[in-house]
Amino acid sequence: MACFLVPAAEAVITTVTAKAMKSKEKVETVNISFSDGSVEEATKIKFSTKLGWLNKLLWGGSALLAFEHVWHGEVVPYFPFLTAVESGETAGMLAEMGSAGVMMAVLVTAVWVGMLAVSSIVEKRAIHDSESIKEGAAV
Amino acid sequence: MTLLTTVFAAVISTVIWYKGALGNEMKVGALCWMYWGASLMWFIDAVFEYAELGAEFFAPAPIDMLNDFYLGLSVVALGLVIWLAILLVKDPRGVVKAALFKKNM
Repeated sequence: MACFLVPAAEAVITTVTAKAMKSKEKVETVNISFSDGSVEEATKIKFSTKLGWLNKLLWGGSALLAFEHVWHGEVVPYFPFLTAVESGETAGMLAEMGSAGVMMAVLVTAVWVGMLAVSSIVEKRAIHDSESIKEGAAV
Repeated sequence: MTLLTTVFAAVISTVIWYKGALGNEMKVGALCWMYWGASLMWFIDAVFEYAELGAEFFAPAPIDMLNDFYLGLSVVALGLVIWLAILLVKDPRGVVKAALFKKNM
């Protein structure tokens, strides 16, 4: 009915948050070992960039789901834009938003948290490897 | 069927993104995010539908399957159009810029 509105609302919040964070963040440089064995100075990805991943997942998914709702005639290009509201099924629509919509937002956010965890492991491993190479070179 | 079509699109675009240095320049990442986001959301839709229909969920009528596949293809096409718009607006290779401006000799 209008489940895509929940992840779209989350997307608005995360986009505003990412924009606000971007101006306050500092650039962090680290030494990283690359696959060819060389160790070079690199810039660490900022948290606002990582929050951008969530924005893109939410905006992209919501846009394509909105198209699906237009396809099924649940979203129309005239007021009140949602056929459920027009036909007096607002309660059913809100219930669907509270169940499927919230679950969509939760799953996308959970996948993003998983991505953060994996990227953190990859970053730590790369820093650790470059430190090991440095120590090896010193000995 | 819509979920399946979008998941295939997401996997293919991710492989293309990973495979080439083209990834960044051609903004293939935008396609990946869009298709994966939609796939995750449709997965939830599928779970709710399965909870309602049970095993019947896996045996849709051929006409419903065809309609869902048609929708899936349309979604993939819309994703590609959005990606193309992003590519032309960001213009990483300066092709649009070069077409609009001529260098003075």
